Amino acid sequence: MTFTKPQDTILYLDGVSVSFDGFRALNDLSLYMEKGEMRAVIGPNGAGKTTMMDVITGKTRPDTGRVVFGKDIDLTQLDEPAIAALGIGRKFQKPTVFEPHTVWDNLLLSLAGDRRPRFTLWARQTGEEQDRIAEILTTIRLMDQKDRRAGDLSHGQKQWLEIGMLLAQEPELLLVDEPVAGMTDAETEQTAELLREINRTKSVVVVEHDMEFVRALGVKVTVLHEGSMLSEGSIDYVSADPRVVEVYLGR
Amino acid sequence: MSRTTTTVTLFLVLGLSVLLTVLNLGTAPDAAFHAPTYAVSLTGKYLTFAILALSVDLVWGFAGILSLGHAAFFALGGYAMGMYLMRQIGPRGVYGNAILPDFMVFLNYKALPWYWLGFDNAIYAMLMAVVVPGVIALVFGWLAFRSRVSGVYLSIITQALTYALLLAFFRNDMGLGGNNGLTDFKDMFGLPLQADATRCGLLVASAVILCLQLLMTRYLVTSRFGKVLIAVRDTESRTRFLGYRPEHYKLFVFVLSAIMAGIGGALYVPQVGIINPGEFSPANSIEAVIWVAVGGRGTLAGAVLGAILVNVGKTFFTAALPELWLFALGALFILVTLLLPGGILGLLSRGRKAKPITPAPEPAE
Ligand SMILES: Nc1ncnc2c1ncn2[C@@H]1O[C@H](COP(=O)(O)OP(=O)(O)O)[C@@H](O)[C@H]1O
Ligand SMILES: [Mg+2]
Repeated sequence: MTFTKPQDTILYLDGVSVSFDGFRALNDLSLYMEKGEMRAVIGPNGAGKTTMMDVITGKTRPDTGRVVFGKDIDLTQLDEPAIAALGIGRKFQKPTVFEPHTVWDNLLLSLAGDRRPRFTLWARQTGEEQDRIAEILTTIRLMDQKDRRAGDLSHGQKQWLEIGMLLAQEPELLLVDEPVAGMTDAETEQTAELLREINRTKSVVVVEHDMEFVRALGVKVTVLHEGSMLSEGSIDYVSADPRVVEVYLGR
Repeated sequence: MSRTTTTVTLFLVLGLSVLLTVLNLGTAPDAAFHAPTYAVSLTGKYLTFAILALSVDLVWGFAGILSLGHAAFFALGGYAMGMYLMRQIGPRGVYGNAILPDFMVFLNYKALPWYWLGFDNAIYAMLMAVVVPGVIALVFGWLAFRSRVSGVYLSIITQALTYALLLAFFRNDMGLGGNNGLTDFKDMFGLPLQADATRCGLLVASAVILCLQLLMTRYLVTSRFGKVLIAVRDTESRTRFLGYRPEHYKLFVFVLSAIMAGIGGALYVPQVGIINPGEFSPANSIEAVIWVAVGGRGTLAGAVLGAILVNVGKTFFTAALPELWLFALGALFILVTLLLPGGILGLLSRGRKAKPITPAPEPAE
C-alpha cells in the first residue's frame, strides 16, 4: 500500500492489529495525527480505545502494523520507559497516582529529568523544580492540597493530579483515557478547559465516550468500533454519519 | 515519628552494647553487676539477626520484594568469614596441618581447593563476604526482575535459591565442611576468639555496623530514589509509563540488601563459633520475614526491634519449651498479621496520622 504521509505527523498508526486469544481488539487500524492537534477518540465500550493506547505506549505489542512517532521512530520496537522518554505521556482510565506520596511528591517524581537510580539517589530538589511544581499545582488547581497524601484525594482530584503528572513529564504527545469518568458537570467543564489549555503547546489524544464532553472540546473526532475506524471528522459530521448512529443507537 | 523511632533504636542498640561491654570487662566476674560473656555474645548474635531483618525490610517493605531466601545471603557472608577463621587455625588443628583445615585432611585432600586461596587474608575474606552475596543477588535479581517475575512467584524462587544452596553446601565435595560446616575457630585478626575483650569488640562492631546500616537505609528510603522505590512497590506499571525502569531500582536494592545481609552473617559466625549448611534452611529466611512483620514492615527501625524481641523470646522459649517454639512463632505471625498489620511500630503510632511511607494494606493492581 502506498500512502503518502503528510509532513508534520506526530503519530501514525499503520494497519495495527491486536488479538487476545483469537479475539481482535484492534483490527487493521490506521490513523494519523498532526503535530499540535487534539484528537478525540470515541466509541462504545470494548471498541479498542484503551488497547490503542496500550499499543502506542508499549504496553501491548501489536501482531501486525506499525506505530510511528514523529518522523520515523517505530514505537513497536520500544518498551514503556523508552517510549515515555521519547515524550509520550499517558493518563490511565482508572486514575493511577502514587497513593502513599504527597501530591507534591507525585509531581516531583513525574518531572522531566534523569530517571536513573544513580541520579535519584543523590538528587536534591532545585528551586527550578519547585517553581515548576508550583506552576503545575496552580494549573490543576491543587495548590491547597499539595501536602496531602494522594490516596486521600477525591476521585476528581486524582484525575487532575494525574493530568498534572502528565504535564510535569513535559511530553510532546499526551494520551488521556476517559478523563471525565466519574466527574461532576462542573469538573467536566473545567477539565475540557484544562485540556484545551494543554493543547496550546502539546498534541493530545483524548479517549472518551461522553459525547457532550467531546462536543465541548470541539476537535476532530475518530470513531472506533470493533477495533477499526468507523468514521472520522467533526463532531457534527460523525454524529450524523449513519454508521455511527447505528453503532450508538443500535445497541 | 519514624525519625524518633530511628533515633531511639540507635541509642538503644549502641547504649546496650556499650553497657554490656563495660559491665563485662570493667567488673569482676563475681560482682553483682557483672555481665557474663555468654550474654555479650548472645546480644551480639541478636544484633546480627537485626542486620538480616533490616536487609529484608529494605526489599520487602520498600520494594515489595518478599524474599524468602535472604538467610542465604547471610549464610554466604558467614561462610566467607568462616573460611578465614578456619585458615587462622593454622597448625593448631587436630591433625596439625598448617595449610589444610581438619576436615580436608580427614577427606584426604592433598591441596587447598582454588576457591580457598586468599582466605588467609582478613581483608580478602571480608571482601568476599560482601562480593559473593552481592554477585549472586545481582545474577539472580537480573534474571528475575528483567523477566518481571514478582509476587508469589518471586518468593517461591527465592526459597528455591536458598534450598539449592542448602543442598550444595551439604555435599562434602563442595570443600566447605559438608554437613558439619566450619567450626573450632581459634583467632580472629590474631586475637583469641574466646577472650572476653574479643567478644565485646565483636558486639560493639555489630552494634556500630547495624547503626550505620540503619542510617544508610533511612537515607535511601527518604531520598528521591526511595520515593521512586515506594512508587514501584505500589504502582509499578505507572512508574514505567513515567520513564522509570523498575527493574533497575529493584536490582539495586536487592543487591544492596544481599550485601547488608552478608555483612551480618560475617559478624554472626565468629560470635556463635560455627557455620553450617543449616543456616541455608528455608525456615531461617521465613523467620527473618516474621521478625520484620512483628516489628513493622516498611519501618526499618521496627525490623531491628522485631528481630531483637522475637529472638529474646526465642531464647527463653526454647529453654523452657523447646518443642513448642515453631508453633509459638507461627501463632505470633498469624496474630500479628491479623491484629497488628503495622507491627509493633504500627501499634506505637496508632492514632497518629498514617506515615506516608508505610506500605498500603493491599498492593495496587
Ligand atoms: N489484556 C486483555 N486480554 C484479553 N482481552 C482484552 C485485553 N485487553 C482488552 N481486551 C478486550 O479487548 C476489547 C477492547 O478493550 P478496550 O481497548 O479496553 O476497549 P475500550 O477502552 O474501547 O472500552 C474488549 O473486548 C476487551 O475485553
Ligand atoms: Mg477503555
